[in-house]
Amino acid sequence: MYKYDNYDQQMVDTRVAEFRDQAQRRLEGKLSEDQFKPLRLMNGLYLQLHAYMLRVAIPYGTLNGTQMHALADIADKYDRGYGHFTTRQNIQYNWIKLEEAGDLLADLAKVEMHAIQTSGNCIRNISSDHFAGAARDELVDPRPYAELLRQWSSFHPEFMYLPRKFKIAVIAAETDRAAMKLHDIGIQIVKSDAGDIGASFYVGGGMGRTPMIAPCIREFVPLDQLVTYAEACLRVYNRHGRRDNKYKARIKILVHEMGAEEYTRQVEAEFAHMLDQGVEPPLAEIERLRPFFADPAFVDGPKTLDRSDPDFALWVDRNTNAHKHDSYVSAVISLKPVGGIPGDATAEQMHLMADLAREYSFDELRVMHTQNIVLPHVAISDLHALWTKLEAAGLGSPNLDTIEDIIACPGLDYCSLANARSIPLAQKISERFAASGKTKELGQLKLKISGCINACGHHHAGHIGILGVDKKGTENYQLSLGGSEAEDTALAKITGRGFDEDGVINAVETVTDVYLSAREGEERFLDTYRRIGMAPFKEALYD
Amino acid sequence: MTDNVQFRFRDDNPSSDPVAEFSQCAQSNATAVRIEPGDDALELLPCLDRLTLVEVNFPVFGDGRGYSSARSLREAGFTGELRAVGDVAVDQLFNMRRCGFDAFAPDVTMDEGDANTAFSRWEEVYQAAADDRQMIANLRHE
Repeated sequence: MYKYDNYDQQMVDTRVAEFRDQAQRRLEGKLSEDQFKPLRLMNGLYLQLHAYMLRVAIPYGTLNGTQMHALADIADKYDRGYGHFTTRQNIQYNWIKLEEAGDLLADLAKVEMHAIQTSGNCIRNISSDHFAGAARDELVDPRPYAELLRQWSSFHPEFMYLPRKFKIAVIAAETDRAAMKLHDIGIQIVKSDAGDIGASFYVGGGMGRTPMIAPCIREFVPLDQLVTYAEACLRVYNRHGRRDNKYKARIKILVHEMGAEEYTRQVEAEFAHMLDQGVEPPLAEIERLRPFFADPAFVDGPKTLDRSDPDFALWVDRNTNAHKHDSYVSAVISLKPVGGIPGDATAEQMHLMADLAREYSFDELRVMHTQNIVLPHVAISDLHALWTKLEAAGLGSPNLDTIEDIIACPGLDYCSLANARSIPLAQKISERFAASGKTKELGQLKLKISGCINACGHHHAGHIGILGVDKKGTENYQLSLGGSEAEDTALAKITGRGFDEDGVINAVETVTDVYLSAREGEERFLDTYRRIGMAPFKEALYD
Repeated sequence: MTDNVQFRFRDDNPSSDPVAEFSQCAQSNATAVRIEPGDDALELLPCLDRLTLVEVNFPVFGDGRGYSSARSLREAGFTGELRAVGDVAVDQLFNMRRCGFDAFAPDVTMDEGDANTAFSRWEEVYQAAADDRQMIANLRHE
């Protein structure tokens, strides 16, 4: 894991002092609320329906036990004893007092954490593959590159007032576990035919009200030009991105309206110019970063396990992922208990996860964009002991990638932008499918719920997506099918007219029935949908 | 116009020449010009030799195009005064300075103490920009 040096520590400490100063000037009336708002947003502080919400960055989703313990302590000290893990691999707290926010940031800085640029029209937290450094199928660990970009994007002097927020993901495997092509910039670390490591740049993807899949604008950027290329992409966007309409301000609209070819031409021209401007960190910096992410001291051990307990075997099958060392797996702790709030964890659960990481996973945890937690390096011989402890704490739900593993935004229960509630819907759907036992029969089925068109719940990328809308003052839900956030990225299509809350739950049941009766062989829901198309689903829903 | 300049980090005397609109700059012999967020600063490159002052207007502080305009002008070799005017406040000063602005003419006069704190807030920086500061990544490998 990355460790701050004195420079990094000084940067976060300075930020805390700056925020305290800003808050003080707000209180003294030197700053108007209009002036203060973008400043507090760049420190992750939103004003929500009932209170301030504070979003803490977890860079590329990686944290250690000490940091997880600190997040738990913050939940107890400043919130109501819980936190919410987000689809950007961050955590947010829902009940923060403005006057305590500075102290909270200072507590974070003590464990090398921060809330820098977790909101605002600037470059947000860099996300990555939650199995980075552990997955069997990765080319290299993408996190040194993500860390390089984290530092470059933090307090960038030119890009703090972009047309709109800007999200970057970095992956290094063919399997995309980070929805890379649905980001403003998606970077895939690749190897050239000559064997050199470099980066493919995908620019102009996104969800929101106009979902788009990013086109590849450059197949190979050499490693020692990575930051310069990103800077060129940002400068062209900062200059030409639309500022007349908030809903057309994301880079995807610029790339779409300008055309990927023209956008690329301008980026390449700016890039050629910038190569002489000294914006690239020295290559030695990447060499410095790599060892932080080196393999822990794996030891050979048993490669198989006793599957005689069927509950344990089910959890292993569903919630573990192949590891590059054959005596280990990555184990997923589901934050989706049946009837629970997706992504929520209590302080007690966070403390336990931190302890388990220390005991079983070389003191490392990851936050998944699907709002679950990963212990990346668990010895196969330790799996049963780990599972037993998780079960006892209510964290052993064997439902990764099933219909119970729902992504949901906070929705109208918390969010000031929402049109409809997301959480109760997720709770009822998971209860319904768990009770009927159909979860198992359905296999991999990714269901995603957003409470408004901003699509924080990734509904466009759900095998089944649900979008909450406001229809003449009542909550209404649109159903969509066929999305994917993986390497086969696809945007879901709306089935037809919307439903009320009970109606949409029944509709989900109906589309799963269509799938089960049409399924051939080992097809997933998504495969069947792609083969038979929308018509049979529509017929079952509306005729 | 120079009356509004609250901070200036230059030793030469401020220009007292009239300030041309961006659209007239190419057809005139103006030595001072004012650009708006939507103007393409790169179009000034042919006239840079005669310009001693470029004013970059910020009608609202949240429109950050002027930061890129400033950097492009500095990267093209402009050494004259680069003045940020308009909705410029304490919390933008540090980054503006880094992007090459060396004079500030805010609509609303700033508290001198707050501004001086802001100018010197960050001892080190993560990026290269238009000033001569070394990025942290370079300092680590000196």
